[in-house]
Amino acid sequence: MIEALALTKRFRDKKRGEIRAAEAITFRAEPGQIYGLLGANGAGKTTTLRMLATLLKPTSGTATVAGFDVTRDPAKVRAHVGFLAASTALYGRLTAREMIAYFGQLNGLSAADLRARIKRLADDLDMHEFLDRRCEKFSTGMKQKTSIARTLVHDPAVMIFDEPTLGLDVMTSRAIVKFVRECRDRGKTVIYSTHIMSEVEKLCDTVGIIHDGRLLEEGTVAGLRAKHAENDLEEIFVKVVSSVPSSPPVLQP
Amino acid sequence: MNHRHILTVYLKELKDSLRDRRTLLSMIIIPTLVMPGLMFGVGKIATTVFSKARQEVPRVMVLGGDDSPGVVTQLKASKKLNVVASVPDWREQISEKKVRGVVQLPDGFEAGLRAGKAEAVTIYNYEGELKSGFATSELEKFFRDLRDRAVADHLAAKSLPATLVKPFDINRQNVAPPEKVGGNLFGGIVPYIIVILCFTGAMYPAMDLTAGEKERGTMETLLCSPVARVDLVLGKFLMVLTGSLGAMIMSLGSLTITAALSGMIMTAGNSSGAMAKGATSFMPMIDPAGILGVIAMVFPVAVLFSAVIFTVALFAKSFKEAQSYVGPMMIAVIMPAVVGMLPGIELNARLALVPILNLSLVCKEMLSGVWHWNYIALIFGSSWVYAAVALFLAVRMFNREDVIFRS
Repeated sequence: MIEALALTKRFRDKKRGEIRAAEAITFRAEPGQIYGLLGANGAGKTTTLRMLATLLKPTSGTATVAGFDVTRDPAKVRAHVGFLAASTALYGRLTAREMIAYFGQLNGLSAADLRARIKRLADDLDMHEFLDRRCEKFSTGMKQKTSIARTLVHDPAVMIFDEPTLGLDVMTSRAIVKFVRECRDRGKTVIYSTHIMSEVEKLCDTVGIIHDGRLLEEGTVAGLRAKHAENDLEEIFVKVVSSVPSSPPVLQP
Repeated sequence: MNHRHILTVYLKELKDSLRDRRTLLSMIIIPTLVMPGLMFGVGKIATTVFSKARQEVPRVMVLGGDDSPGVVTQLKASKKLNVVASVPDWREQISEKKVRGVVQLPDGFEAGLRAGKAEAVTIYNYEGELKSGFATSELEKFFRDLRDRAVADHLAAKSLPATLVKPFDINRQNVAPPEKVGGNLFGGIVPYIIVILCFTGAMYPAMDLTAGEKERGTMETLLCSPVARVDLVLGKFLMVLTGSLGAMIMSLGSLTITAALSGMIMTAGNSSGAMAKGATSFMPMIDPAGILGVIAMVFPVAVLFSAVIFTVALFAKSFKEAQSYVGPMMIAVIMPAVVGMLPGIELNARLALVPILNLSLVCKEMLSGVWHWNYIALIFGSSWVYAAVALFLAVRMFNREDVIFRS
């Protein structure tokens, strides 16, 4: 489970002063469900997810991920989280097997467990053909499969996806979407950030609309449609982000 | 701090780096080839140029001497000098290297010589030019011999013994063992090369493992693991240190092998002659204790280099940006190393605290067999303090979000 409580992140920028990247973000994502964070570029999705994955420390507020507090037990949080983003790349000079094994070792898996786990993942993701080839030679699809295997090697209870289909072709995107569904079906807590409406409609049990670092609205896709008397999710999104006065993201330095 | 995590990160980085041609080049290939390259390559070129210049019979001119035909004839008869006709623009001829030296004979030189009242002979040369130097030497030797013969003739004419003007000979005999001679010869250049190789050995892995990873997106992947950041820094840092020390060990190993090989070649070259034994005993060698001392002293400096380059490169967004930061640092490294090479700069308590310069000076002394234990302790201790501070800064830098996620 993920529970974010007034999660706030502010950065100081020399030119622009203090920037509110995330402001009092509060939400809850349950196991066996996909929580979608829907927002435009720069809305605060990545910052929020990086705080949940403990890559960034919150300025204030906190979150509990898989039962561990992100500020007090960041290592334990990471041990229970699989984080996949468009920006999380592979080591080109390692083979897929070495890449997965490396992250398995960093997660404390024994050699025997690791062997079994790699075999299982290679079976599930159909990776045997390229398992011992270097990642630098991979196609996009192969890279995505290896990244997925890397996130799953320690069988985390929580999966965080930060725009995982960004820049991918249709077939690879479909494979990712299928994999996200499978994570939910296995009872994992899934949080999925995107700005693609169709992915939200296909995947998310609950949607949070984020804009200017603030979570403006949340609910099921059906609930949002009913509330706004509008079927088109894109229209709902525009309506929500336009309904609130845009707070300047920049504070006085 | 988790030692297992540090080892896991280090072993992965080592494997990754050893598959990278650029790391292999900076850590193994260049350090291995630079010493033989210097000793055999540059040395061979220098020897060839020198011996070729030596073999060439220098063109010289004689000014005056119309009233000294005997001396001029002897000069022309010398197989080591090629006397050409004198011309009015002889100064230009020397400058344009058409002639290597000009000798001016004073009026009545030969008559003066016979009477024991000859005036000075003047030799014109091009200072600093190798072939002009050889020509001058030959001319000086010719006139020294001429003077000695004149003295001998005068003494014989008065029935005086030749020992009157040369009552004793002066002999010079080397008592320094070959390794001390080698230390004095290589003591200046070896620390300089090692300092540079240590720096360049750390440069590429440091940039690749920090800015390179940020640029490729693998840094964020790595930060997703439950490993503490201090463990990630130390694992990566150990790889950078391996690059630095690897370069040093390769260069020292290659220096030792090169010195041994050049010894074998020299011995083989001289084996047929009577000089064989003598040549071998005077062949410069490197003192093994000096080499071990250098390794011990370079170690903390390699840690310092690794930590500083790591910290600076970590700040960069991309490999290219890291290069633009780290490249100029080379000047800061070379300057004290060059100062350490200069003759006359000697180790003292103040210089013992100046990083790199202190290493350069102490290595020079150790390689020539001088062990100032107080200074060695001071340099070793201060180098470790600098290294520890740099490593602390590297860990702090790695914990800064604005640095790690700088884009």
